[in-house]
Amino acid sequence: MHSLKWRRTNAAKHWQLYAMIALPVLFFVIFSYVPMYGVLLAFKDYRVADGIWNSPWVGLKYFEQFFQSPSSWRIIGNTVAISAYSIAAGFPIPILLAIALNEARSAWFKKTVQMVTYAPYFISTVILVGMALQFLDPRIGIVNQLLGLIGLEPRNFMGEPGSFKTIYVLIGIWAGSGYAAIIYLAALAGVSKDLQEAAIIDGANKIRRIWHVDLPHIRPTIVILLILNVGNVMSVGFEMIYLMQNALNLSASEVVSTYVYKMGLINSNFSFSTAVSLFNSVINLALLAAANFIARRTGNGGLW
Amino acid sequence: MHHPHIRQSASDRAVNGIILLFLIGCLVVVAYPLLYVLSSSLSSPRAISAGKVWLLPVEWTLDGYAAVFKNSQIVTGFTNSILYMAGGTALNLVMTVLAAYPLTRKQFAPRNKVMLFFVITMFFSGGLIPYYLLVKELGMIDTRWAMIVPTALSAWNVILMRTYIANSIPEDLHEAASMDGCGDFKYLTKIVLPLSKPILAVIGLYVAVGIWNSYFNALIFLKSADLQPLQLVLRNILILNMIDPTMIKDFDALMRRQGLTDVIKYAVIIVSSAPVLVLYPFVQKYFVRGVMIGAIKG
Repeated sequence: MHSLKWRRTNAAKHWQLYAMIALPVLFFVIFSYVPMYGVLLAFKDYRVADGIWNSPWVGLKYFEQFFQSPSSWRIIGNTVAISAYSIAAGFPIPILLAIALNEARSAWFKKTVQMVTYAPYFISTVILVGMALQFLDPRIGIVNQLLGLIGLEPRNFMGEPGSFKTIYVLIGIWAGSGYAAIIYLAALAGVSKDLQEAAIIDGANKIRRIWHVDLPHIRPTIVILLILNVGNVMSVGFEMIYLMQNALNLSASEVVSTYVYKMGLINSNFSFSTAVSLFNSVINLALLAAANFIARRTGNGGLW
Repeated sequence: MHHPHIRQSASDRAVNGIILLFLIGCLVVVAYPLLYVLSSSLSSPRAISAGKVWLLPVEWTLDGYAAVFKNSQIVTGFTNSILYMAGGTALNLVMTVLAAYPLTRKQFAPRNKVMLFFVITMFFSGGLIPYYLLVKELGMIDTRWAMIVPTALSAWNVILMRTYIANSIPEDLHEAASMDGCGDFKYLTKIVLPLSKPILAVIGLYVAVGIWNSYFNALIFLKSADLQPLQLVLRNILILNMIDPTMIKDFDALMRRQGLTDVIKYAVIIVSSAPVLVLYPFVQKYFVRGVMIGAIKG
């Protein structure tokens, strides 16, 4: 649209803007776009001496390797199960908390609860898991102390594959609900007062008001956050899972991200690891697109 | 919602009661574990082993804290984390401003293309191995640079800052300034930055807390023990049970040693979360504002 000459004079006139943005652009080229090229590793037999470009092409060999290994399906299963459970259990709570906070009669109480429930978000993952390990300790953990009070035997919770998902989800809810609630609270603040007044005058009790006025107002926010969550299903966070893994619960706790890490950086199986990682990204994108599509089809708007 | 002139119906009073109970419940569920950790860190090893601690410290001791402060690994970890946090946040803010400001200028012709260029990086990436190999190629493995540079910029923060600048700083200001012969660099430093203090504070705090709390980059890029940030040291103590013997050599009896490692763990948790949780009440309004800005943009 613009002639080359126009572009040149525009650039010369606003050279300072170009100078400013050069560094960020360079950063992304180096740290985001160059590694994208490294995705080719998934299709090659990487030889350090040959570099990525000259290493021999092997097509889908490593993808086949991944899909044919029985442990792969268990790992994918764990990832999906943990994610689905996280979303299902973790999604309603921030909404409930936000609605409750919104209806709180005392401003002081509301502020206090908000502040306290928001705080765990800032506690590091290492400390969160460290706390969980202490509480669940079979010898001195408080959970087992409580069980002892009602006459139950102490259990090594972290060693039980069956308990892994639940523990992970509970930690996530404890740490993240206060933070998510604030997002919904911000949206709830936008509910038109007139609508509320009209509902009250029409005789709607509190529950009806919440259901018919507040919830519909934050529906777009809920949908967007849900889409974002679903798009992340296959990328169960590495940091928390890795800290919670041990030899006893590994059958339930190995997920795609930790598997990619171990295969790639511990076993130096670069090509295999990149193949799994690529598969993971593609699935995530597909899920994101699907969730967005469903949202739009059902009239709920979407991310794009 | 206060409507003093309309009497509350019975069902509304009941709902209010349930809401109150629910909120108190949330408060207890969050506060109790934190209080328990604090109390356990101040209790004696014997009390911990015997399971006597419920809410308040039992048999007050500061042994755990003494052991923690004597540990040189923890001190090194703390120092490193402060270094990485300060350096990383400063670099991040500078890069974010440099990226966001030109995007707000309508005279910047490639504006939309550059924006797209940035946004794509939020959805596509090469994955762990290419990322690692790149950092290796750049010679940053096992250096402090690896803790600061690879995460120096995030497209999400650029969008936040761009939105803030575009919405908060009126275009007329720029016109007036450029008529006075003010170039872009000068306008940025003398006018935009001072007016952007709120968003800089919010992004800065989020980045700082993120750097302080993460351990992944340190895990994959660092090998030397003296470069380790606090979180990695914490991982050694809390998760891998690698308690430095010199920490507990001054204490005797095996059973006391058993209980002592647990008290040490509780003390370590308090000591490492203390900075964040003490500062938190003062800065939390910035964080809340940040979430609101992000939510509204979203």
